[in-house]
Amino acid sequence: MRGVRVLERILSTIPIVFGVAVIVFCVMRFTPGDPIDVMMGREGHVSQEQIDALRREFGLDKPIHVQLYLFLSRAVRGDLGNSLTKHRPVSTLIRERLPATVELALGALVFSLVLAIPIGVISAVRQYSFVDRASMAAAFLGISMPAFWLGIICIIVFSVRLGILPSYGRLPYGLEPARVTGLYVLDSILTGNFSSLLAALRHLFLPSITLGAAMAAIVARVMRSSMLEVLRQDYVMLARAKGLTEWAVITRHALVNALIPTVTVVGIQTGVLLGGNMIVETIFSWPGIGRLAVDAIFNRDYPLVQGVVMVYALTFVLANLAVDILYTYINPKIKL
Amino acid sequence: MLTAARGTLTRFDPVLIRVRTIARNFSELAYQVYRHPSALIGFVILAAYVVMALFAPVLAPYPPNKGSVRQSFMPPAWQEGGSPAHLLGTDHVGRDILSRIIYGARVSLWVGFLSVVVSMVVGLVLGAISGYYRGILDDVLSRFAELLMAFPFLLFAIGVMAILGPGFFNLIAALTFKSWVEFFRLVRGETISEKTKEYVEAARAQGQSNFAIITGEILPNIIHSVVVLATLRVGYMIITEASLSFLGIGVQPGIPAWGSMVDDGRDYLRTAWWVSTMPGLALLLLVLAINLFGEGLRDILDPRLKVD
Amino acid sequence: MLCIKNLTTEFPTRKGSVRAVEDVSLSLERGQIMGLVGESGCGKSVTLLSILRLVARPGRIISGSIHFEGRDILSMTPAEVRRVRGANIAMVFQDPLTTLNPVFRVGEQIRESLRVHRIGAGRASRREEKETVLSLMKEVGIPSPESQYWQYPHEFSGGMQQRALIAIALACRPKLLLADEPTTALDVTIQAQILDLLSRINSERGTAILFVTHDLAVASEFCHRISVMYAGRIVEQGPVDEVIADPLHPYTEGLLRSIPRFVKPRRRLSPIPGNVPDLIGLTDRCSFESRCDRRMPECTERPVFLVDVGGGRHVRCILYE
Repeated sequence: MRGVRVLERILSTIPIVFGVAVIVFCVMRFTPGDPIDVMMGREGHVSQEQIDALRREFGLDKPIHVQLYLFLSRAVRGDLGNSLTKHRPVSTLIRERLPATVELALGALVFSLVLAIPIGVISAVRQYSFVDRASMAAAFLGISMPAFWLGIICIIVFSVRLGILPSYGRLPYGLEPARVTGLYVLDSILTGNFSSLLAALRHLFLPSITLGAAMAAIVARVMRSSMLEVLRQDYVMLARAKGLTEWAVITRHALVNALIPTVTVVGIQTGVLLGGNMIVETIFSWPGIGRLAVDAIFNRDYPLVQGVVMVYALTFVLANLAVDILYTYINPKIKL
Repeated sequence: MLTAARGTLTRFDPVLIRVRTIARNFSELAYQVYRHPSALIGFVILAAYVVMALFAPVLAPYPPNKGSVRQSFMPPAWQEGGSPAHLLGTDHVGRDILSRIIYGARVSLWVGFLSVVVSMVVGLVLGAISGYYRGILDDVLSRFAELLMAFPFLLFAIGVMAILGPGFFNLIAALTFKSWVEFFRLVRGETISEKTKEYVEAARAQGQSNFAIITGEILPNIIHSVVVLATLRVGYMIITEASLSFLGIGVQPGIPAWGSMVDDGRDYLRTAWWVSTMPGLALLLLVLAINLFGEGLRDILDPRLKVD
Repeated sequence: MLCIKNLTTEFPTRKGSVRAVEDVSLSLERGQIMGLVGESGCGKSVTLLSILRLVARPGRIISGSIHFEGRDILSMTPAEVRRVRGANIAMVFQDPLTTLNPVFRVGEQIRESLRVHRIGAGRASRREEKETVLSLMKEVGIPSPESQYWQYPHEFSGGMQQRALIAIALACRPKLLLADEPTTALDVTIQAQILDLLSRINSERGTAILFVTHDLAVASEFCHRISVMYAGRIVEQGPVDEVIADPLHPYTEGLLRSIPRFVKPRRRLSPIPGNVPDLIGLTDRCSFESRCDRRMPECTERPVFLVDVGGGRHVRCILYE
């Protein structure tokens, strides 16, 4: 039964993905500045024949609805066209860059959840204690903190002053582990390459903190307030009346219930995480999708922009899908 | 006789009553903000920034773009080699950082304020219509809003800015393009739930028009949540504007903006940390103040949303 | 078996401290059912929570003693109190829907209370525990326990939820059951079934019950003895039939006069005038004085104590001193 519902939920994302593709296509096409002009601008003098040839090559001579149809039908097959500036298939470029972004996003997610959930719980259990006040003040600072500035402060403190963490790239040249998944941390564990693992983790540290700080702040606040709410509930009193230790009451009975709103917020915040990675990848020269997107937008590399934006939107939709499915497992009242 | 008549008239004049109610509510609100310590602190800091932006030419020791390379990279006054003439030091082309921060407040405040007002108005109008009448229009708008939600805000703003090019009004447009959705969803949801309540039924039974019900009955009951959301969004808009400036696609290059000032200092983190740090600090303090004020306002106006 | 002496529980508030329970003394014999009756906010639930030291912060017990089988619960270590909770003294709460944890299956919640007190003492296997749970579910009247075991609380009806809660309470064969208005949230017909179940448990297992209710009619049918509480204090105590037939305290009298079934046919109901007093700043004088139809000048002049008037009856009123 649950399987069917999950499948229905997965199918329901298709119209959204489709709509996103149409919006992206339209926005790019109705923009002043033809992609061919952009290309020509780089190549100096060209004849009208050459321009027409190029238009034909990219299908720009056809009516707009035909172009849309071609774009969509190719996109379904994973063909997103060729980059105008890098002269390579967009899908290849994305595939090369995606693992870096995924690794950074996971790093940020792990950092924020591992930090924020215990802090939220402790703050609620010890409400109005020093720990509570200090961590909520920090969380408030966190939600007001511009990511790009936090990244720069991290570099000044940890790289420039203390000199203990790198501020540039994913790994020193030549330390790349054998490619399995493209995630350096995972690959170096899989191949047992410890020097790479250490280096990859060191490189991942500052970008993850910078990207995850805002999420950590929000999750800690939500976790605290939902935990406070849960601790007032009758079932927590019953758990105590059963003779459970306070630890068991909190970790078994209260925590699961308090996680329900937190999971929702994490889903919503995925968008912020995705947006933030463009900034963070720029600051830390992280070779991921975010930097690719910014470059593509500046260069008006239309096919590349389309492809990258599609990947972002798809990721966001999938993240929310994952949250919805996870939700059914922790909240028995919800049946998708 | 005449004065008495006029007295009765004014006493029952609906417009006047409403104006008086608003005035009374406003002074009541001001008092509550005064009583709320963090809201008050936030408000005072915010007010200080507004004053700073308004009187920038008077307050700033130097014009924002004046500087000579001979004076570049002077550290803040308290550091060795610093001078009281440049309290927060100078940047890579010798411009006074304090003066640029003071002028930079103008862009941040204007952009934050205007983009939120525009988003709020658009979201309020569409949300109220959509939630009140439902039907096809509601379906279309809700679907569209859902689609927009699938784009990361910053990516969307960068894209729009890349298409429109840098500039103040383009910036407002880029920020508003997606941000109205937040207001739309809030207002739509609240309208749907308010619509079924007894007081709306009563107004309809009295024969009030739909327009009168929306503006006169429903709106006053949901406006406080909208105000709270708006306040909290201002900080987010300011951060986004700064992020865009940081990436080099904010207002025109000549105008000092905190984001681009942070970007200016990126190449000199090893030698001149203050160039990037100071404007960011100004930004952080402003956003912090706005959020303090916004959350205080939420505690006062919308206690059910309170965090603890 | 249970002997509470001079229990006082306080909640500090901004306007001053509230004594939700003041100078409460009561005792309960093996196998007995004691009713604790009073209006909402009179401190009866707090008394119950105090017995297991479950009063939520910032509330705290400031004086008194609670002896259970010869040991003072108030002077136990937290670990010792936990060994009493659920094992010797179990609790049934008012609202079954909010008392069952929404994210765990009902059967597992019952099994958990078995597990808590079996740690170290030769843990039973999972299957044995499940068997015990199923027989418990059967005993409290949950039909087809095998399939209900895996249900979530929201899939149960109110009556079934309350039965499940009673099963949780009975899991470790407690000697004393604290029941906090266990029937208030239920429909009338279900109420009768639950009361029936509780009195069967009392007679079959010999479990003593301290039964908190605002409903004097329910208490009169179900309890052996009752204590009437008003504004945090016990005002009258005695065998239930005698208290109903011949109430001594004006408050008890007033309560009886306001309940249809205790008033002779065609006589007017007469509600007690006024409201429950503010619990902040109560003195040791009679707290019912302002609403009492038999008040005397003396009432506000000196403190009143719970006095023994013979026949197992106690009353806190100047008239009987």
